[in-house]
Parts: sequence; C-alpha cells; structure tokens
Amino acid sequence: MTALFLRDLKLATRAGGGALTGILFFLAVVAVVPFGLGPDLKLLARVGPAMLWIGALLASLLGLERLFQAEREDGALDVMLMQETPLVFTVFIKCLAHWTASGLPLVLVSPLLGLFLNMEPQAIGATMLTLLAGTPAITLIGAMGAAVAVALPRGGLLVSILVLPLVVPVLIFGVSAAYAAVEDPAPFLPPFLILIAITLFFAVIGPAAAAVALRAASE
Amino acid sequence: MPFRLRVDGLGASRGEDPIFREISLLLEAGGALLVTGRNGTGKSTFLRTLAGLYPADSGTILIEGGTDPTVPVRESLHYLGHRNAMKRDLTVAENLLFWSRFTQATDDVAEPIDATGKTVQALEAVGLGGLGGLPFGYLSAGQQRRAALARLLVAHRPVWLMDEPTAALDTASERMVEALIAGHRATGGIVIAATHQALDVPGAQMLTMAGFAVPA
Amino acid sequence: MSDRSLAIRSFTDLANPTRFVALAGRLLPWLAGLTAVLFAVGLTLCFTTAADYQQGETVRIMYIHVPAAWLSMMGYSVMAASALGTLVWRHPLADVAAKCAAPIGAGFTALALITGSLWGKPMWGTWWVWDARLTSVFILFLMYLGLIALNRAMDDAGRAAKVSAVLILVGFVNIPIIKFSVDWWNTLHQPASVLRLGGSAIDPEFLRPLLVMALAFTCLFFTLHLAAMRTEIWRRRIAAMRRQAARGAASA
Repeated sequence: MTALFLRDLKLATRAGGGALTGILFFLAVVAVVPFGLGPDLKLLARVGPAMLWIGALLASLLGLERLFQAEREDGALDVMLMQETPLVFTVFIKCLAHWTASGLPLVLVSPLLGLFLNMEPQAIGATMLTLLAGTPAITLIGAMGAAVAVALPRGGLLVSILVLPLVVPVLIFGVSAAYAAVEDPAPFLPPFLILIAITLFFAVIGPAAAAVALRAASE
Repeated sequence: MPFRLRVDGLGASRGEDPIFREISLLLEAGGALLVTGRNGTGKSTFLRTLAGLYPADSGTILIEGGTDPTVPVRESLHYLGHRNAMKRDLTVAENLLFWSRFTQATDDVAEPIDATGKTVQALEAVGLGGLGGLPFGYLSAGQQRRAALARLLVAHRPVWLMDEPTAALDTASERMVEALIAGHRATGGIVIAATHQALDVPGAQMLTMAGFAVPA
Repeated sequence: MSDRSLAIRSFTDLANPTRFVALAGRLLPWLAGLTAVLFAVGLTLCFTTAADYQQGETVRIMYIHVPAAWLSMMGYSVMAASALGTLVWRHPLADVAAKCAAPIGAGFTALALITGSLWGKPMWGTWWVWDARLTSVFILFLMYLGLIALNRAMDDAGRAAKVSAVLILVGFVNIPIIKFSVDWWNTLHQPASVLRLGGSAIDPEFLRPLLVMALAFTCLFFTLHLAAMRTEIWRRRIAAMRRQAARGAASA
C-alpha cells in the first residue's frame, strides 16, 4: 500500500503530473478576484476567506478527473481490480496520495494569498485550518466523480457538474467556520466540528461509492 | 499438488446480445490454452470474464487444488491486456517494483521479497537488461510490450491470461514469449493466451471462438 | 399473445421487459384517464375556492407549486429506489426506471422553481431569494441535470445505469446533509426575515384542492414514467437489433 502511495506521489510531482497545475490555477483564480471586485482593501478582506475557499474548491476539482482515468487508459486499473487488496482501500490510498500532492499544497499557499487579499492574521489562520480539514472531503467526494469519469468516453467538465452540488455542505461549513473565527458573536467550533464530521463521513462513503462505480465502469 | 483450472458452461453477453456461451474447459498444471478466432468474436471478453473483469451470465470458474478455496480466482491470475499497465513517466524499474509490491499486497516480514533482485532478473528474461533506469515512455512499442511481460515475472501467479502477448513484437521476441510461456508451464503454471499469430506452444489445447452469427 | 400469458404471477414476472411493456400498454390509458379526471376536478376546485385574505389571488399558485415541489422529491426517491434495485438485485427494469425518472423529476423541479419564483415576485417583491427551501430545491435541480447529462454522455446503457445508480444513491444520502447545511447557512445570513410557507396550519378550504392536485400530479408522474419506460425498453430493443444486424452483415 505504501508502494501505491509513493508511486502516486511520484507521478503527481513528475513532469506530467498535475500537482503544480492545481496550485497555479489556485493562484490565478485568487489573483483575478481583485480585478473583478476592484482594489478596495476592506471589501477584499471581507470576501477573502470565501474567495480562498472557492479557489481551493475549483483547483481541487481540476486535477481530480484524471485520478482513475489515467489508470484506465494504460490498463493499470484492470490489474488493480484483480488484487486481493480491497478496491475500497486502493481508492482510499489513491485519494490520500492525491490530496497530499495537490490538496495540501493549496492549504500551504493559502496564507500567502490571504496576504494579497488583505486578510487579518486570525482570518488567515482560520481559513488555513478549515481548508486543512475540508479539502480532504472535496477529494473524497471528487473521487466518486473521477470513478464515474472512467466510464465516460470524454469525462471532463461533467465530473465537476456532478460533484459541485455534493460539495455545497463542505463549502458552507468551511466558510462559516472561517468567518466565525473573525466575527465575534458566531462560535467557531460547531461549524468546524461539523466540517470534520463531513470529511470523516465521506472518508467512508466516497471510496466505497467510487469502488462500486469503478467495478461497474470496467465491465 | 493436483492444481488445475476448471471452467464450466461459461457465458457472457453485452446487453441482450450473447458474446459467447457454454464454454467449458479443464486445464491441468502445466497446461496451456490458445484462444483463436477472428476480430470481434469475443476473445478479449472471454479473457476478461476469466479475470473477473467482465460479468459472466452463467457458468463457474474454479481453481482446484489451490491452497485456500475461499480466495477469489482472480487473485491467482496475472492478466496481460492490450494495454501495458505501465506509467510513461516512471522508469521501467520503478513500474515493475511498484507492481511487484502491489501484487504481493501482504507485507510479509518473515519472508521479505527481494523485489529489486526480481526486477533485474525479470528485465533480463525479457531482454531488457540494463534498461531499467529509463522512463517507460522512452522505450519503443516492442520494448514496452516486453517490459509489460516482465510484470508477470516479478510476482508469482499460477495462471497467466495473455491477450495478444506478441502484439508489436518482432519474430525474435515472439520466440522469447514462447520461452517465457514454456518456462511458466515447466514450473506448474497454466497459460491461456488469445492470439491470431501462430504461437508455438507444444501440447496446448485450442479454443476457436466462432462468435454468434445471427441467422438472417 | 393470450391474456393469460400477460398475467403477472409474481414479482419476478415483472422483471420480464416483454411482460412489462404489455402491462404498461394496458395500464397507460386508464392511468392517463384518471390523471385527466383528477386534473379536471382539481383545477375546478382551484379556481372556485376563495382567495386568501392576505395573499389574494396569488395563493392559487400554491396549488401548482406545492405538488410540484413534493413530486420533485418523490421523483428523486423513485430514482434512489431504482438505483438500489440496479445495484443490489440487478433488476433489469430498475435501470430503465431510474433513467426515465430523471427528466420527469427535473421537469417537476423546474416547475416548482418557476412557480415559486412567480409567487415570490408579488409576495416578497423579488423573483428569487436565497431562502433555504429555494436553495435546496435549486441544488436538487442541479443534481437532476447532472444525472441527465451523465446518462446522455454514456453510450452503453448497462454501464451508464450502474454508474449513475452509485451517484443517485450518494446524492440521496447527501440530500439531508445539503438541506441541513443550507438551513444553517440561511439562518446565518438571513435571520428569519423571509416569509415561511406551510408553517401555519392550512385552512381546509385550501387543503382540499391542494390534496386533489397533489394526487393528480402523482398520477401524472406515474403516467409519464410508465410511458417513458416503455419507450426506453423499445429503444433498447432497436439498439440491440441494430447491433445484431451489424454483426450478421459482418459474418455473412
């Protein structure tokens, strides 16, 4: 299993991998925001956490589509389906590797972008923390979409359309918690704990659903 | 060990369309089966059904005399499909090392697998000795196919399912494939190969897929 | 085919698409007739009952809007049940049922959204508010559209059915979470300023036409669903025959 994790990390970081593309996309999306909203620093500080979250959400979805499609194209998926390792576990490890290679860097660069958006240190910290707790959920839900993409002659955009309605709760609680840390009366902990609960919930549902879809798609 | 592969009344279909029906066969240890037939007669689907990758309508696939009867059949198989199951961006050795570790999922501490040594041996057996450090994408089509064959050697599975193993290979390499098959059979393995090229596999059973022609 | 051969003796008989098509053919005229009668009664009731003293004539939109909203949820439930049938029992009609329910459910959801918007303009003074209910239904609508797009994108019907069944079920599990999160989000942003519907007890004067209309809509759903399923089975037959013809020509 560590072999699979390491292989996927290697693939993501080598030339053809998508890890860097995701970060660049995140940077580009957030950099475009001030052009749309105007350089009003107060306004930017206010929408900052939301923009970081939406940027991270889109960037996560961007790379997910290839998660299983690449494996199918070169036939590796067939071999993986035949192993004694439960497919659910294989999917989970692949999600973990994918998140480490492309989700974690997003979390790590988010403070830098927070500075661009004139966010307070506390808001930056809260956003980073919620991203850390929430982006795995996006990957795990997206894995299901990626498994569906395997069956499609041309996957692409459809995966994002299918996955976006399902990640609405993640976005809501992530952004709520980030704002709650800054705005005084709202409590930070309840939405943050719900966010973690959602992540854990999809750590079970996501790989299981993706495994069923992969089996169906390989027939 | 009276190890053998038994297939009884196997059938599969695409939608309501039958692809093949009632295929029964028995392969003893060291046995081989060559599946022939024209394009579209279901050779590949037959192999995929055996590998458990395509659902069978009817029939059973059994491995008798294996160590544990509860283990699914697919875990005793190596499947070599049309595609090579190798990553272009990784080196040949990295690819093989990964499959060697992944296909032997149990990290047995008592009996550590010399994965690196096996990889080197496997690459030499397919005539790619010394090329392990090159990215897989740099190899020619024939070399890529031979590297894919090496995957069957890095982890032991008693039954090999090979779909057009000699695709993209020259005559000399075809002889090498024949030697690999003979070697596997000599150690008690079973080989099932779908091919439309004349492979010299002595004593092999033949299965000709006719397909389901619709009476007009 | 004689009448006796059409009799459904057990649930497994229903699995036979030929029997199903025959049964659907016999049921459809009756169901369609029932739908027409219910609509006639329901619409008459809608326009003869008194107008609301507060909302005036616009309350009549409710008789379309509320049943449509109910049916939007029932449509998804039908899809989820069918998806379970596809994945667990591999019932050959289940994937047909799931596939056919999607456009009909999406239609009712669109109707609920449009009538809600038309109702919102006189009541709230705006075409759209990000009210918790409206938002949830809107997300449901997006899920319907995604599933329809998925079904259209795949050429192999059996594979499409299994893959979309997974998505339907995950969506179904997710609906309560989405509803909960949207409620949370809504109370955070709009503290109870929006007029909430159905919170108070409804006068029997309004309830009667509403229930008849709900029944009429339900019948309409099943009429459309049955017809769509029959069409889909025929469509698959034609596809299978075409494939056979192609192979027959190849081997000739």
